[in-house]
Amino acid sequence: MSAGQVLQLIFSGLTTGSIYSLIALAAVLTYASTGVLNLALGEFVAWGALAAVSAQSAGLPLWACAAAACAACAVLGVAVERAAVRPVAGAPPLVPIITTLGASISLRGLALIVWGTHPYALPPFTGGGPLLVGGAALPRQGVWVMAAAALVFVLLAAFFKFTRAGMALRACMLSRTGARLVGISPYTALTWAFAGSGVLGALAGVTVAPLTLATYDMGFILGIKGLVAAIAGGMHSAGGAVLGGLALGLLEAFAAGTISSGLKDAIALSALIALLLVKPQGIFGTSSRKM
Amino acid sequence: MRCLKEWPVKAVPAAVLLAVPLVWGNNYILGVMVTVAIFAVAAAGLSVLMNLAGQVSFGHAAFMGLGGYAAAVLAVNYGWPPLLALAAAPLLPALAAGLVGRPVLKLREFYLVLATLAFGTLVHLLFNECRAVTGGPSGLSGIPALKVFGFVLSSEREFYCLTWGVALAVLAACRNLRRSPVGRALSAVHESEEAADACGIDTASLKLKTFVFSAALAGLAGGLYAFYISFVSPSPFGFHASVQLVLMAVLGGSAAWGPVAGAAAVIFLSEFLRWAAPLVLPGAGAECQIVVYGTALVIITIWKNSGVWGRVLCRLPAGKGGKEYAAGSARPL
Amino acid sequence: MRIMRGVKLTGIAAFLLVVLIAVLAAGCGRSGTGTGGKDAYKIGAVLDITGSSSSLGVPERNTLEMLAAKVNAAGGINGRPLEMIILDNKSDETEAVLAVKKLINTDKVLAVIGASSSGPSMAMLEVAQKEGVPMISLAAASKIVEPASERKWVFKTAQSDLVTVSKLVSYLKEKGISRVAFLYMNNAYGDGGRAAFAQAAQKAGIEVALEEKFEAGDKDMTPQLSKVKAAGVQAAVVWAIPPSASIVTKNFRDMGLSIPLLHSHGAGNQNFIDLCAGAAEGVILPLGRLAVAEQIPASDPQKAVLDEYRKDYRQKYGEEPSSFGGYAHDAFWLLAKALEKAGADRAAVRGELEKISVYVGVSGIFRLSPEDHNGLGEDSLVLVTVKNGRWALIE
Repeated sequence: MSAGQVLQLIFSGLTTGSIYSLIALAAVLTYASTGVLNLALGEFVAWGALAAVSAQSAGLPLWACAAAACAACAVLGVAVERAAVRPVAGAPPLVPIITTLGASISLRGLALIVWGTHPYALPPFTGGGPLLVGGAALPRQGVWVMAAAALVFVLLAAFFKFTRAGMALRACMLSRTGARLVGISPYTALTWAFAGSGVLGALAGVTVAPLTLATYDMGFILGIKGLVAAIAGGMHSAGGAVLGGLALGLLEAFAAGTISSGLKDAIALSALIALLLVKPQGIFGTSSRKM
Repeated sequence: MRCLKEWPVKAVPAAVLLAVPLVWGNNYILGVMVTVAIFAVAAAGLSVLMNLAGQVSFGHAAFMGLGGYAAAVLAVNYGWPPLLALAAAPLLPALAAGLVGRPVLKLREFYLVLATLAFGTLVHLLFNECRAVTGGPSGLSGIPALKVFGFVLSSEREFYCLTWGVALAVLAACRNLRRSPVGRALSAVHESEEAADACGIDTASLKLKTFVFSAALAGLAGGLYAFYISFVSPSPFGFHASVQLVLMAVLGGSAAWGPVAGAAAVIFLSEFLRWAAPLVLPGAGAECQIVVYGTALVIITIWKNSGVWGRVLCRLPAGKGGKEYAAGSARPL
Repeated sequence: MRIMRGVKLTGIAAFLLVVLIAVLAAGCGRSGTGTGGKDAYKIGAVLDITGSSSSLGVPERNTLEMLAAKVNAAGGINGRPLEMIILDNKSDETEAVLAVKKLINTDKVLAVIGASSSGPSMAMLEVAQKEGVPMISLAAASKIVEPASERKWVFKTAQSDLVTVSKLVSYLKEKGISRVAFLYMNNAYGDGGRAAFAQAAQKAGIEVALEEKFEAGDKDMTPQLSKVKAAGVQAAVVWAIPPSASIVTKNFRDMGLSIPLLHSHGAGNQNFIDLCAGAAEGVILPLGRLAVAEQIPASDPQKAVLDEYRKDYRQKYGEEPSSFGGYAHDAFWLLAKALEKAGADRAAVRGELEKISVYVGVSGIFRLSPEDHNGLGEDSLVLVTVKNGRWALIE
């Protein structure tokens, strides 16, 4: 394989990986602060992308479309939280998984009713052809995706470390009883975490749609792979989520480019299962559990 | 004693209900009921796994597919007599479950969900890839008709009798399992694995056996499906079907008739929607069905787990409310 | 325990209620056009109206409804009205089987049109064969009507993969291209194309140096294309539908590949061009004449049929018809012709269908026979390219 080919695969892997990282970051945001794994995350991505498409056909400029999509998905996130998560908040962790899965199925059906099976396109953020580096092509939107992932990572890390709300969420993660004792309400944490993951999902959708086109069912696979990336990174660490996402993207790209394109999903999934069996806490997770 | 008094009360109306389509139904109604019976068999296995043993499997349709493809490949590619191929159908998924089960069942909760989901997707991928054996995405057609002791099963009525016979036998077996010491041990594992372990129950081996049992039942259902439709392809055994099976198991609950009720509800619902949906929302159909499935899953799960119901109906600890969540006593992984 | 009994009772009650609803639904559920009545000719259709293949099923349903109304307004067939009962299979095989059973047993139709896609068609044809009901499929897989000895009752109006593929292969040979890469969607459509192309290429002496596939939901095909680039082939053939077809095309242009890019008829709609956002310029593919009807000369035997279909469809639905609607159009008229001669008898209808030696349809000129239940050849397709965002006829 030539250097140009390898570079192409690296670009492809980093672009796809950044998409997964964005979604993984949203998953970590929810899980780390509330202990709930949100399987409806992929649908936030799809709804964000499709809402932006609708906003665009209504004539709004691109930044307004993105804002509208984020706002819509924040509302959607809270709706999912109220309908599917809060009523079963105290149940064993398996139960919110089933309810959020049910919610994701309903959301997919609703997206199908509203937007149909038709794929939609969003214009890229900046025009112009792809960047040619060393014999490999990198679409400009790919750079935007990577930038978005990096930005969200930095913001999220800063949020958790420096802001009061962030610290409150971290407190919930460490000990809910303790958090309650100092006046932090876990219910508020739940709402904010879901609203936040809605915004992040929408952002992922809007950034990704110019590259991958928006369809009603784009959320499912992306959601699963984002969760895989988050688990691989250990569900508590934003850095782990990013690295997990990039690793997954690169693994897929190289599997498709060198072994077989048909088996790339199989390879990624097998890697996940192997990882879960060997180190269930993920690459960066710690063995100590929160209480 | 109570058992003796119970079952005739339910058996008579059940027998009547089942005889009705046989006498007066046309091939369409018989066809719907055959589909219900086939899915009830698979749902029964999943119900034992989910409701009794407390595990979960979001890739169960893969086992149905393994059974269906096993029967089809044996009958078409290797010329096995159809009945023998059907009998062999549960073996492949049972084997797969045995191999995969022990490591996978060590995982809890969402890791288990993800692992079973991944497994289901992997098997679906294999169906698509192994073109030489499975015919790839275009599927395998030309599955020969079932012959029972020289008598060819070709009409709907005959299939109806076969599939419902199998379904009733399976339901009876599951019911007996529930009431046996093994069933009680499984309930104990569902309640608390640590406590069950402490009582000397071999939880790992028990969970594995249940997993294999449920996979075998799904495989049997898959085999019946293959002979009924005479054509298998990867698409009826994907994630959508796994979700349908989970929905059927959740809807049916742990009642003896649960799997049939769950399967009937889901399949009748889709037939009903075929007729009703375009009246309410012009042009709607599959979309409504998907939304209804998802919403039903959410509502039923909340109903079963919500603290209010738990406190009103019984003192089972499964009905925790918000207080426990706020106190942070969710079970560690 | 109380909760167990509660659940059991609710379960049984639910079951009974659902059975009741189902019986009612089966008894009176109907959707269709045309007047009922004992002497109406009943035709059933099972289409992928919702679900993943709805872009195929919706224009087909529109076309069937439009044509049934047209025929009834003109007095019906043999003076009897036509009743068209259309059911949705939700792009699902099991549902397709149940729907066709309903049509055959409850509604007692004379013939069935459907399904829109290959998987459900394959499942349905087993029922049609068993029950002895003529079935006209609108899907592409050649397995639907082959082997002819095992498909007595089954016909189809969409061109076979082999026909589409030989058109492409003829073009490649003409241009002196002998080494190609083949990329395809990993589903029944793509797989059928791959098998057909491999067969035709081998016969024509063209080497398929590379076969790469991608999933329907894949968002980035650059890994596969990087292999294509490295293989140094003279052309690339893609067998996919939008959005994958558009994503591959965009990736192709982004990577600076300048070799000719050929597609299948699956990309033969305006949606594909729009989603490519300019990358589709210069793409070549075989297509039915409908997409370029305006550029077809008046001397072409299909011109009149094409113009009439487009006029009627635009008048009723306000948009251009698609080639999928065209398949339904041809299925309808083939059946109407057979009904005219055969009357209300399933076996007679089947026999008459086989005897239709020439029918000028939207998808091509059909020449049916007992050995060929599809009847379309290479001449039913034309080669088109994309110029300024629209289809343009080559040759």
